Amino acid sequence: MIMWLPKGSGGAKHSVSSPARAGLIVGLVLSTAAMTPRGASSAPVAPLPDRADAAAAAPARDGRYTLSLKHKAAIPAFARKYSLACSACHTTWPELNNFGQVFKDNGYQLMNEKDSPIQQSNSYWPIAVRTTPQWHMETTTNQPIDNVAGDPLAGQHAGTVTQQGFDLSGIDFLMMGTLYKNISFQLVTTLDPDGSAGIEAANVRFDNISNNSWFNVKMGKFELDNLISEKRGEFLSNNGGMYQNYHYQPVSSTVAFGLGDNQLGLELMGHNKNSYTRYTLALLSTTDGTPGFPAGTGKGMDVMFTLSQAWAVQSLGLMRVGVFGVLGKSSTASPTSGGEPIPGMANGDKSFTRFGVNANLTFGDFEVLPYYMIASNDKALTDGTPTQNAKWNSAVVEAHYVVNPRLMFMGKWQSVKMTDQYDPGTPSTQGNIDGLALGLRSYFFMFSRDGLALHVEYAYTNSVGIFPLSEDGLGDPGTSLPNPPLTEATTVKSSSLLIALDFAF
Amino acid sequence: MNTARAQTASVGKLTGNAAQGKKYYQRFCVGCHGVDGDGSGENAPWIEPKPRDFTAAVFKCRSTPTGTLPTDQDLYDAVSRGFVNTNMPSWFPLMEQTRVDLVAYIKTFSPRWEKEKPGTPIVVPPETPVTKASVLHGRELFSKMECWKCHGPAGHGDGPSASTLTDSKDNPIRPYNFSAGMRSKCSTTNAELYRIFMTGVDGTPMPSFVDNLTPADAWDLVHYLRTLQPAQGVEAATWHEWLQSAPAPSMGTGGGR
Repeated sequence: MIMWLPKGSGGAKHSVSSPARAGLIVGLVLSTAAMTPRGASSAPVAPLPDRADAAAAAPARDGRYTLSLKHKAAIPAFARKYSLACSACHTTWPELNNFGQVFKDNGYQLMNEKDSPIQQSNSYWPIAVRTTPQWHMETTTNQPIDNVAGDPLAGQHAGTVTQQGFDLSGIDFLMMGTLYKNISFQLVTTLDPDGSAGIEAANVRFDNISNNSWFNVKMGKFELDNLISEKRGEFLSNNGGMYQNYHYQPVSSTVAFGLGDNQLGLELMGHNKNSYTRYTLALLSTTDGTPGFPAGTGKGMDVMFTLSQAWAVQSLGLMRVGVFGVLGKSSTASPTSGGEPIPGMANGDKSFTRFGVNANLTFGDFEVLPYYMIASNDKALTDGTPTQNAKWNSAVVEAHYVVNPRLMFMGKWQSVKMTDQYDPGTPSTQGNIDGLALGLRSYFFMFSRDGLALHVEYAYTNSVGIFPLSEDGLGDPGTSLPNPPLTEATTVKSSSLLIALDFAF
Repeated sequence: MNTARAQTASVGKLTGNAAQGKKYYQRFCVGCHGVDGDGSGENAPWIEPKPRDFTAAVFKCRSTPTGTLPTDQDLYDAVSRGFVNTNMPSWFPLMEQTRVDLVAYIKTFSPRWEKEKPGTPIVVPPETPVTKASVLHGRELFSKMECWKCHGPAGHGDGPSASTLTDSKDNPIRPYNFSAGMRSKCSTTNAELYRIFMTGVDGTPMPSFVDNLTPADAWDLVHYLRTLQPAQGVEAATWHEWLQSAPAPSMGTGGGR
């Protein structure tokens, strides 16, 4: 469920500070910031510091290499509760099929009068765990290498970094279910390989309010209702597992928001009986899911809506098409105390937008998931020269061939293209990303109690003038950020090869 | 799958394909109903009531007379509706074609489908008006037909015979508790409840009363049974109106007071 951050990254959500560093918005970040002192509303206003400074102030990583391992959701606890195989709810887990979508939309209820905990055995506990022992190799080109080992002052040259070996993902502890009939909850805690823990999701949902499936409300921290869910995606490798445009920010952006990041807020959701028609309207704090009123955020709210409609083409399968939009706010100033921004008191909000269309199209055993998004950040949301709004487009086409519930081949192409840089002087292609991933998942077994899959995947990305969003490559201990290439126009090619045993119990 | 028993199913304009249905069966059904359709899937030991054994081709929820095969529509409706208070969910979220394909495949598990045709669906006549008289007459029938012996005097499923009941596979089975909700395995609407009296619930001790109840009697019984359930429909309102104006009824053989 989580994009594992480098060790000791501390939780500051950072965007990039130099024109050569773009695109770093990675997964869920947990704040360790102190709470804001109260009653300081009349403090003088100062420009916000670069959020990368906050990252730099975080505990330094204890390793130079930044392998970001991610994980997704599959909930055998539900399978155990209802004695249904994983394949009932998942195309191949973790991706939901429509039956699973309806189950989720109903608040993790089958609506068979056995949903409430009081109907379950006392021994039932709604918890599942998932982790992925693995071997993987990460190769990243055009990384700055010291000419003389141990002497950074002796100059650097561009080189290829290759890292490989046996490794672990983190562990997800997935607790979801019903507190009562039509009151459900979600609690996802995570344990990183280095032992640090986090809360990825924690929310309570009131389902079918007034016996109306069009009216469900949840509050807390939750995944946005992306039609193509990254949390339930099938790809796991560093480069392939990430939807680049869910986390992308252009060069010098100070916006933290990521569509793929779980957010704090309130969501109104509705659906018809078979969830062919679905909508959500979410009101979100501008913290990008970081709890504790972090510095650089204020009272502003992001708004996201999604709407999708599915049609059953009986000879082919279900065709779902959706639209979505985000009207976001990001602060540009903050009152200070002792010269430091007062956490949670930022102001001078400027807007950013994300609009797109997406789909999940089924053609028999083939499934195609296209996605297109246009994005814009206000020109003030940069730590560079605020000349013009930054704009970019992105697209994804993902395809699955589901041979049977226990074997799936998959591929994903994705691209992010800048159309307007904040600074017209910035190379027009800087920040562009192209990626391709191929893989298969073969399940040794898939019971109603657990499942184990062999996962093989190869993926690569080309990123112009920036380090890969997966943070492969060479870490920079001075800034706690991976390094961009030595020149802005250089393309960094980053590839991942992953062989893993993915299990959930 | 016994390919020699290749089957199709027809529901509305859709035709089910057993080969396609097998794929869906393995995805959605096999865990409970088993590879051979005999109700012995890996989850079966943990499930009460037990999953249906398709090899016997005996189905509870039908529109056809007792002892006959159900129609494709009956099986389709059962798959779509699910069975409340059991582990069988509603598969309504699946596409119509998927459900029809599943019906076609389910029919491959028993040779009965090759040798017999489904029974002729029982006609459900228009519902009679809900009146005090119909509710009271239904109450009399509840006693006279000895429904209370299994379902209990107040319909709580706790009649004197309740603990002795078994299904056709000798598994213990509990009679329906009317106070538990408005849905039963085979019915949600009044017409479906009516139909149960006439078809019986095959494989269980619940017989068909088609030879014992006139249509008017059956509707009266429906009206009374609704008063035993929690929702406050027109039947319950009529019942309570009568209770307000009449002496308390004897509770010996019925009465949901």
